[in-house]
Amino acid sequence: MSDGAQTARPEDDAADAARRRAQAERLLKTWETPKGWRYWSAVNNSEVGAWYTALAFIFMMFAGALALLMRTQLAIPENDFLSADFYNQAFTLHGSIMMFLFAVPMFEAFSIFVLPEMLGARDMPFPRLSAYGFWSFVIGGVFVCGSIFFDAAPQGGWFMYPPLTTEYQPGVGADIWLLGLSFIEIASIAAAVELIVGILKCRPPGMRINLVPLYGWYVLAVAGMVLFAFPPLIAGDLLLEMQRAFHWPFFDPDKGGDPLLWQHLFWIFGHPEVYIIFLPAIALAAMIVPTFAQRPIFGYSWIVLAAIGTAFISFGLWVHHMYTTGLPLISLGFFSAASVAVAIPTGIQLFAFIATVLTGNVVRSIPMLFVTGALAIFVFGGLTGVMVALAPFDWQAHDTYFVVGHLHYVLIGGMLFPVVAGAYYYYPLLAAKTMSASLGRIAFWLMFVGFNVAFFPMHFTGLLGMPRRVFTYPADLGWDWLNLTSTVGAYIFAAGFLIVVWDVVRPKGRQPISERNPWNAGTLEWASEMPGKPWGSRCVPIVESRYPLWDQPDFVRKIDEGSFYLADAEELKRETLVTTVLDAEPVQVQRVTGPTFLTAIAAAFTGASFIFATFHWWWLAVVSGILAMATIIIWLWKDTGRPPEKPQKDVGLGLSLPLYVSGPHSCGWWAMFITMTGDVVAFSGLVFGYFFFWTIHEHFPPEPTAGPGLFWPVTGLVLLAASWGLTTGARIWNGRGDPRALRRALGLAVPLAAAGAAALLAGPYLAGLDPTEHVYPATVWVLVGWTSVHVGLGMIMQLYCLARSLAGLLTPEYDMDIWNVALFWHFTALTALVAVAVVAFFPLVA
Amino acid sequence: MPRLSRASPAALLLWLGGCTGQQSALDPAGHAAERLADLFWVMLIGAAIIWVLVIGLAVYAVRLKDEPEHPVMGNALIIGGGVAFPTIVLGGLLTYGLILMPDLRAPGGDGLAIEVVGKQWWWEVVYRPPGGAPVVSANEVRLPVGQRVEFVLTSPDVIHSFWIPSLGGKLDMIPGRVTRFALEPTRTGTFRGQCAEYCGTSHALMAFAAIIMEQEDFDRWLAEQGRPAFESGDAEIERGKALFLGNGCGACHTIRGTPAAGRIGPDLTHVGSRLTLGAGILPNEVEAFVRWIGHTQEVKPAALMPAFGMLRESDLLAIARYLESLQ
Repeated sequence: MSDGAQTARPEDDAADAARRRAQAERLLKTWETPKGWRYWSAVNNSEVGAWYTALAFIFMMFAGALALLMRTQLAIPENDFLSADFYNQAFTLHGSIMMFLFAVPMFEAFSIFVLPEMLGARDMPFPRLSAYGFWSFVIGGVFVCGSIFFDAAPQGGWFMYPPLTTEYQPGVGADIWLLGLSFIEIASIAAAVELIVGILKCRPPGMRINLVPLYGWYVLAVAGMVLFAFPPLIAGDLLLEMQRAFHWPFFDPDKGGDPLLWQHLFWIFGHPEVYIIFLPAIALAAMIVPTFAQRPIFGYSWIVLAAIGTAFISFGLWVHHMYTTGLPLISLGFFSAASVAVAIPTGIQLFAFIATVLTGNVVRSIPMLFVTGALAIFVFGGLTGVMVALAPFDWQAHDTYFVVGHLHYVLIGGMLFPVVAGAYYYYPLLAAKTMSASLGRIAFWLMFVGFNVAFFPMHFTGLLGMPRRVFTYPADLGWDWLNLTSTVGAYIFAAGFLIVVWDVVRPKGRQPISERNPWNAGTLEWASEMPGKPWGSRCVPIVESRYPLWDQPDFVRKIDEGSFYLADAEELKRETLVTTVLDAEPVQVQRVTGPTFLTAIAAAFTGASFIFATFHWWWLAVVSGILAMATIIIWLWKDTGRPPEKPQKDVGLGLSLPLYVSGPHSCGWWAMFITMTGDVVAFSGLVFGYFFFWTIHEHFPPEPTAGPGLFWPVTGLVLLAASWGLTTGARIWNGRGDPRALRRALGLAVPLAAAGAAALLAGPYLAGLDPTEHVYPATVWVLVGWTSVHVGLGMIMQLYCLARSLAGLLTPEYDMDIWNVALFWHFTALTALVAVAVVAFFPLVA
Repeated sequence: MPRLSRASPAALLLWLGGCTGQQSALDPAGHAAERLADLFWVMLIGAAIIWVLVIGLAVYAVRLKDEPEHPVMGNALIIGGGVAFPTIVLGGLLTYGLILMPDLRAPGGDGLAIEVVGKQWWWEVVYRPPGGAPVVSANEVRLPVGQRVEFVLTSPDVIHSFWIPSLGGKLDMIPGRVTRFALEPTRTGTFRGQCAEYCGTSHALMAFAAIIMEQEDFDRWLAEQGRPAFESGDAEIERGKALFLGNGCGACHTIRGTPAAGRIGPDLTHVGSRLTLGAGILPNEVEAFVRWIGHTQEVKPAALMPAFGMLRESDLLAIARYLESLQ
C-alpha cells in the first residue's frame, strides 16, 4: 500500500525524469515558504494551520492554569487564596477561553491544516482569508486573555446573563467579552465559510460526495452549524453592547426589555456550540479508528446521516439550558423530548466505531488508547446528559457541580481526549517525527485517572447542594473532602497533559524521520512525503475509493511521479483544482493567492477598531475601521480575481480547464452565498427579538408611541429595490458585452442606495423615536440600522466594481466581482424587505 | 410511582460518607425532592449498567477478541445498540420524567404564600398567611411541615435562583418577571438554601436557613414575627439602639417599633431570632454581628452595606448586643 517509491523506475527514460525534476522545482519555487522575518507573511495552509493549532493549544493551557488556580481555591472550605473578584474573572475567562479560543478554533485550525491534504488540494480556496482569521485570532485572543492581568477581565460567567452584565458590572470587562469575542466569532465564521467551500469545491477529481472522508462530512456539518449558530450570538452581542454603550434597553425590564431574550439568543448559539465542539472530535476518531482496525469504517452512511441528524437536532434543544426560568411545562416537555432524542444519533456514531473495531484487526497504539479513553469518559457524560435533559431532574441539578461534572465529561471525553489522540496520530504529518509511545502511555493514564478523580466526585458535590461559580463554601455541608479530591485529580490531570505538551515540543533532532504513512492508513493525507513539501500534493490525484492508499494500486508512486493533474506550475503561479459539488468533476484551475503582510495589517486594524470600541474611544475605532476596510480593498484589488493571462490551461491527462470562472461555478460566489446566509441568520436573530418583544407586550408598538409610519420606510425600500435592480442589471448588461451599461447602472445605483438608506433612517428619526426610551424604538432602530450598514457596504462594493470596470479588471469575460456584488445585493434587498415589512407593515396587522 | 427502597443505595451512601447534609438533594425532606432523589437513583443504576455494557464491549473489541467478528455483528450493533435500545430506554425514561412534572409543579393551595425577593446578596422574605397581615423577614424561610406552600419569586436587580435542595428543585428570580412554584416539606428539621444562579461578586455568600416546623410551632413563630421589636430596657442595649439609630442604620434597615424604617437592606425587627447572619454565612452571635458591621466588605465583598469599621469597638459591641436582643 505505501510503497514509498521516491525514485523513477528503470523503464522511465532520462528525459522523463528531467522533465519531472523541472516540474518539481517549479512547483517548489511557486509554493516556497517565505524565509526570515517574511516567514510570518506566509498564508499557506500548512503554515497558518500549524500556527493556528499551536496558538489554540496555548490559549487552552492558559485557561487550564486558571482552572488550577480555581481548584486550589476550592481545595479547602473558606479559603482565601483568591479574592472573589479574581475567582469570578477566572471562571468567566476559563469557560470563555475554552469555548471561544480553544474548542472551536482548534477544529477550524486543524481543519485548515489537514483538509487540503485529505482532499489532495494544494491549499484552501482562500489562503489569505485563513491568514486574516489567524491574525484576528491572535489579536482578539491576547486581548481577552490579557485583561485578567489588569484586573479588567469579564466576570459575568461565560454566558454573560444580563442584567448582571449590563448596569451591574460597569467596568470594561463585559465590553472586552462582547467585542473581543465577537471579533473572534466573525473570524470563526470566515473560517467556516472557507471550510465549506473547500469541501464542496476543492475535492480531487473522482471524489464523489459519497467518497468524501468522514472528516470532510463532519467539517461540512460543523461549519454549517457555525454558520447558523454564531450569528444569533453576534446579534445578541450587538444588542447587549448597544445597551451597555448607548443605553438601548433591550434587556432592561423597566423600559420594556427582557433579560430572557439574551438567554434565548445565547443558547440558540450555545447548545449547537456543544456539538460544534464534539463532532469534529468524533471526526478525528472516524479517521483514527479505521486505520487501527485496519478496515474501512463500518456504517459510513449511518455515520453521515447521524452526524447531520445531530447537527439538526442540536438546534432544537436550547431551552434545556433554561429549564429553571419558569417556562410553561409544555415547553419543558417538548425540549426534554428533543434533548433526550439527540442521544440516538450520537449513540449510532459511537456504535459504528465500536462495530468497526469489532469487525477489524486491532493494532494497539497511543491514538487508539486515547480514543478508547475518550469513549469511556464521553459515554458517562452522555448518560448524565440524558439525566439533565429531563426537566424535573434538572431542577435539582441545574447550575450545580453536577452540571460542572457533566459538561467536563462531555467536553473532555468528547473533545480533549480525541484531540490528543489526533495529536499523536497526525504529528508525523506536521513534524515528520513520531511522538513517544512510552510517554504517551504515561500521559494517558495520568490524564484518565486524574480526570475521573477530579470530575466524578463533582456530580455528588452538586447533588449535595454545591452551586457552580462559588468562590468559597462553608465547612459543614459535606463538600470538603469531595472538593479536595477534585483538586488533587485536577493536578494529576494537568501533569498528564503537560507530558503530552513535552512530547510535542521536546527536541527530536536525533530521532529518525518518520517513515511515510507510518500507521498504514488508507486516506489521502497519508500520501504526504516525510517531511512534507510546501506544495501539499505533488499532483492532484484521481480518487476512486474512500481509502485510496489501500485500494488504488500504485497510488502513491503515481502521485510522486506527477501522473495526475496539475503536476506543474509553468507560470509559477499558485493553483489548485476546482471541481463540481456532487461528482467532483474538474471545472477550473483556481489561482490562489500567495504570501503577504496585508492580511496581518488588515487584522491589526480590525482588531484595533474593536479594541478602541471597548474603551468607547469611538473616533479611533472608526478610523481603524476605515483603515481596515482600505487594507482589505487593497488586498482584493491587487491579487484577487485578476483576469488571467490566458483563458485556458492544460492540467495534464489531456484535460484543459479555464483559469477563470464566475457565478455559481466559482469558489468566490459560493463563499459570498454562504457568508450572506450567515448574515441573514444574524439579522433573523434581530427580527426574532422584535417578535419576542411583541409576544411579551400587550401593545407593541406600545401606546401611545407610533411607529416609523409607512411613507419613509416604503420610500427607502423602493429606492433600495431600484439600486438592487440596477446592480443586477449591471451584471447582465456587462455579461452581454456592454461594460458601459454596467458603469452607467452602477453610477446610478450608488446614489439611489444612499438615498434609500437615508429614507430608511428618516422613518424612526422623523417620528421622534428615541432608542434609549423604550425597547420598541430601540428595536426599530436596530433593524433599520443593520439594513443601512449593509447598504453602506453594498455601496462600497458597487463603487469597487465601477472602479474595476474602469481599470479594465472587470470585463464581460472576467466578471466575478459584479457577480459576487450582485449576490450581496440580493441578500441586502431581502434584508431591507424584511426590515420594512416588520417595522412599517407588521404594526398595521398586529 | 412506587417508592424506591432507601436500602438499595445504602451501600453507596455509606461509601460517600453519607449524602446527608443540610443542603443535600439526596437527603430529601420534601415531596418534590423525594421524587427527584428516586429518579436520580433509578437513572444512576441504569446509567451504570449501560456504561459497563458499552465500555465492556469496546474493551472486548479493542483488547480481548482474537479475530474480527462477522460484519453481521456490526450491523446488529448499530441497529440494536444505536437505534432500538436507546429508543426504548429513552422513551421509558422520558415518560417517567414527564409524568412527574405536573405533580411536582402543582400550584400551592389557598394557604400560606411566601414572597421571596432575591437581591444582591440577600433575600427578602414576606409571609402572606391567608387572611392575616403580611409579615416581613429576611434571609430565612420557615415552613410548616405537610403544607404545600406557594412561593412567589421576584428580583429587582439581577437574576437569582431560589433553591432549597432538601425540599425540591430551583426556580429563577428574573427582573421584570414573577415566577412561582410550591414546595411541600415532609419532615421537620433545619436545612439550607442557596442562590444557584451566578449573581455577581458575592454570589457564593447568598444563602439562607430553611426551617421546617410543626404547624403549631410555625403559627406561634409567625405571630411573634408579626409583632414590633422587643424592648429590653437594659441600659447597654438601649445605648446600642441609640447608636444604631444615630449612625443612620435606619436609612436602610427597618426595625418595626423604632424610627428605623429603611427598605434597602434586610428587615431587622427580629434579627436576633434568626439562625444565621449575613444571608446564611455567619452564626447568629454577638461576635459575628461585630465582625459583620465592622468588616462588612471583608465578610461579603462588594455588598451594598458600607463597613462601620470607624466605630469604636465598644460601640460596635453595643450595637451587636442590641441586634442580638431583637428576638
